[in-house]
Amino acid sequence: MTFAYAPAPESRSVVDIAPSYGLFIDGEFTEAAGAKVFKTVSPASEEVLSEVAHAAAEDVDRAVRAARKAFEKWSALPGAERAKYLFRIARIIQERSRELAVLETLDNGKPIRESRDSDLPLVAAHFFYYAGWADKLPYAGFGADPRPLGVAGQVIPWNFPLLMLAWKIAPALAAGNTVVLKPAETTPLSALFFADICRQAGLPKGVVNIITGDGSTGAELVTHPGVDKVAFTGSTEVGKAIARTVAGTDKKLTLELGGKAANIVFDDAPVDQAVEGIVNGIFFNQGHVCCAGSRLLVQESVADEILDALKRRMSTLRVGDPLDKNTDIGAINSPEQLARIRELADAGEAEGAERWAPSCELPSTGYWFAPTLFTGVTQAHRIAREEIFGPVLSVLTFRTPAEAVEKANNTPYGLSAGVWTEKGSRILWMADKLRAGIVWANTFNKFDPASPFGGYKESGFGREGGRHGLEAYLNVG
Amino acid sequence: MSADRLSVLKTYKLYVGGKFPRSESGRVYEVTDSKGDWLANAPLSSRKDARDAVVAARKAFGGWSGATAYNRGQVLYRVAEMLEGRRDQFVSEVAEAEGLSKAKATAQVDAAVDRWVWYAGWSDKVAQIAGSANPVAGPFFNLSTPEPTGVVAVLAPQDSSFLGLVSVLAPAIVTGNTAVVVASEKSPLPALSLAEVLATSDVPGGVVNVLSGRTGEIAAPLAAHQDVNAIDLAGAGPELAKELEASAADNLKRVLRPRPADWSADPGTERLLAFLETKTVWHPMGA
Amino acid sequence: MADVTASDGALRRFLHGLPGVDAVGLEARAAALGTRSIKTTAKAYAIDLAISMIDLTTLEGADTPGKVRALCAKGVNPDPTDRGAPKVAAICVYPDMVGTAKAALGDSGIHVASVATAFPSGRAGMPVKLADTTEAVAAGADEIDMVIDRGAFLSGRYLSVFEEIQQVKAACRRADGSAAHLKVIFETGELSTYDNVRRASWLAMLAGADFIKTSTGKVAVNATPPVTLLMLEAVRDFRDAVGVRVGVKPAGGIRTTKDAIKYLVMVNETLGEEWLTGEWFRFGASSLLNDLLMQRQKLSTGRYSGPDYVTVD
Repeated sequence: MTFAYAPAPESRSVVDIAPSYGLFIDGEFTEAAGAKVFKTVSPASEEVLSEVAHAAAEDVDRAVRAARKAFEKWSALPGAERAKYLFRIARIIQERSRELAVLETLDNGKPIRESRDSDLPLVAAHFFYYAGWADKLPYAGFGADPRPLGVAGQVIPWNFPLLMLAWKIAPALAAGNTVVLKPAETTPLSALFFADICRQAGLPKGVVNIITGDGSTGAELVTHPGVDKVAFTGSTEVGKAIARTVAGTDKKLTLELGGKAANIVFDDAPVDQAVEGIVNGIFFNQGHVCCAGSRLLVQESVADEILDALKRRMSTLRVGDPLDKNTDIGAINSPEQLARIRELADAGEAEGAERWAPSCELPSTGYWFAPTLFTGVTQAHRIAREEIFGPVLSVLTFRTPAEAVEKANNTPYGLSAGVWTEKGSRILWMADKLRAGIVWANTFNKFDPASPFGGYKESGFGREGGRHGLEAYLNVG
Repeated sequence: MSADRLSVLKTYKLYVGGKFPRSESGRVYEVTDSKGDWLANAPLSSRKDARDAVVAARKAFGGWSGATAYNRGQVLYRVAEMLEGRRDQFVSEVAEAEGLSKAKATAQVDAAVDRWVWYAGWSDKVAQIAGSANPVAGPFFNLSTPEPTGVVAVLAPQDSSFLGLVSVLAPAIVTGNTAVVVASEKSPLPALSLAEVLATSDVPGGVVNVLSGRTGEIAAPLAAHQDVNAIDLAGAGPELAKELEASAADNLKRVLRPRPADWSADPGTERLLAFLETKTVWHPMGA
Repeated sequence: MADVTASDGALRRFLHGLPGVDAVGLEARAAALGTRSIKTTAKAYAIDLAISMIDLTTLEGADTPGKVRALCAKGVNPDPTDRGAPKVAAICVYPDMVGTAKAALGDSGIHVASVATAFPSGRAGMPVKLADTTEAVAAGADEIDMVIDRGAFLSGRYLSVFEEIQQVKAACRRADGSAAHLKVIFETGELSTYDNVRRASWLAMLAGADFIKTSTGKVAVNATPPVTLLMLEAVRDFRDAVGVRVGVKPAGGIRTTKDAIKYLVMVNETLGEEWLTGEWFRFGASSLLNDLLMQRQKLSTGRYSGPDYVTVD
């Protein structure tokens, strides 16, 4: 007899998914003009969850006009009134968090443990935080009377669907803007449920509009002349394309793009916690994290010890049904993403790095990739340079702090970095030298609404979260 | 309800350490409405009640100041939710106490609830406007952050029994201080009812302690108390304020002097920042 | 590893050279393991396993032979309504109660564990501590739960603590060459920092501890999940470095089935199956047993049980 954890599935019955969804424009669900739809699928089972409207150019136009119409009254409301709407939304999210967590796990494939303990608490906290700013804008350090920008066109990714929605909508509304938001093609459902939360909160019509579709819908939105502000989270490639399209307009732009973060472990690190931090850094959310610690830089003198401990720890990771409360690693979000991860992992092997993964049985349906690490990686390998956006860790070594900094910064990206050492002065020295928007010391992948998030270099510009996050939605000129 | 039904009157009590004791003195005083008609008997607090309240506030300080700012914000927002639910009760208490029309009393209560929400939202933002990263000339990390000063004695305004009370209490506790509040002497009932709201929300016992009675009698031992860190003199007249400020100098309490206030105006950040200490941390940077 | 205990200086350098412990990270890991959901068959297995790991304890000034005999009877047959319930691992008592417990337990296979060395404070001279130990061993104790001198540890006299453990270990030997198992209690609530707990763990294992144990149950802070996780990690690292297996016993404050299962999950995911037996992992507890029994009854009947359906001893 062994201590085998029996299945502990979270109940699906807490969430009621409709067979089809329209676009949420001006406070109502409406069909798309072309009546075109697409399916959203559970990546763990390949089951079709719902059919969702595909917004065409004229739908985007309708949504932007609704937002424009709502802007006048919304921006004129006293901040305290806007604050109370946002507090209501935060509370309703807390009340419905179990339902939303299950929904997120179904549509995205992430483990329920993460959607329940990480995504949803952060979503609610983000609305709480920015609710409190809505009536305090003159104190935020952007002048005595900072003004909203107007209509914000927001395009978000599939890795943290509801959390990215919160990061976009909460500060925009707090500052007095109205929004048109497009969720990712593979994960539209939680944004559509959010529309219902807006209804329960009594939010005025048109303040939040949700349009679903693919990249073409997103392109229509960011190029629409009625949009005053574009906020995009996603790949660096698309980010650059958007930056080109808004050139020469008055649109304010913030971008939160890719990363190839170095997680740097020194020989005096707290070893057990560092190993946890490495695991959390790359395997959290299947590695579908822009700030993932995808390059492990470990000091040569402890490399063997750390790698042994890391492999031992990886062998205890539980991969499988995302709805099982004991699952650590869920499904890859889409077949396209799975293909990309496979292609890069194969390239790692082909270029001579050594591949290792614990033996783990992967489910037969759905999209899966075992937690994997590559040793013997150098800065020249593709797996050390390109963002994999999957559960694949590239291990490099270094000899001195200066070399660690040099290697960590040797990338076009600059979103995040991790430093593991018990020596405080070295942490601060490293933090000073690292060209990255977030530096975690003796921890990794920590998020808080009060803390600004965003990158250097090709990881984008602008910050989300914190007091700084307001600037993206205010006319501070 | 039949017109001749006799109502059940409420016994108003103090609020100390999360409990509702009667005054240690065993005495009460008569509270009347603006026309002089009897409303209730309120506890007449003694110096021993003040002492007990300080002990309770000190005991609660570690937990409350140690809670995350986010948690304190959530707890205080919950208070606003509970206040909203008791809106009618506060409207009638404020109307009777201050001789206001129902509409005017309603405006006062609504403003007080919104004020509570305003301060709840400050919990995780005050450090972002009152703290700073300091560019010192050397290889040092240098960061200043505000911290709560400790136990704050709050003399609530005499003329604004509820809006004024909320306007002085909320900013003191949102940053992590704990408070001993002396209610408006003439109109203590809204304050004593607020205590009932606090007790049924998530505010830990001892974070707010409410005393009623003669402001001068209760304030004197609080101003002289060596385990009180600050005092807000909003409810003291000029003579008393001068006396208390002198007494507070004994252990260098932080003192907020009284001055004419329009409690319905934008409160600004003065009271929020009044009871904070700034702590600056230095740390070398070197590989 | 002999050279690291050659002098006070060498031992200090070794212990202070162990990797540091980041408190926030350790606590987060323990909390994360605490979210494992153990249901149905796994829960039934865990409950029976936990019962079989209990050192059922009474360490009161008011202990009498009658009280100890009653506890022994309960240890042998925890659930009078279900003889299939497993028996506990040991009965843990003060030295003067060892004879009583030994007689009451007979050939049940349940061990008698005795606290010793001026438990719980450890504030006595070495001759007293050794006499305390030999008396318990002579009375038939199968296991000795000694306390370390926390004063010596906190003032940095590591070699003194090391030598005390060695001497008590020697006092555990019986005339026939066999020896009582030695559990070394750190009183982690008094050691205060996680770094100290890691150092104490290595120190005790180097000195020959068969088990390392968190607490006496007599101070404000007793066993906690992070402290126990840290000790499990130390045992894992010691096994890897030296090749010797050591057991772990959290004690004090573990009162519910839910808590006990969290500890078993930590053992399972840190040391693995090999340690999931009463030979290598124990709970020092008293009220825990009844909660386990009530949960066990719930699983077999489908109804929630109540305190009237378990025994008060």
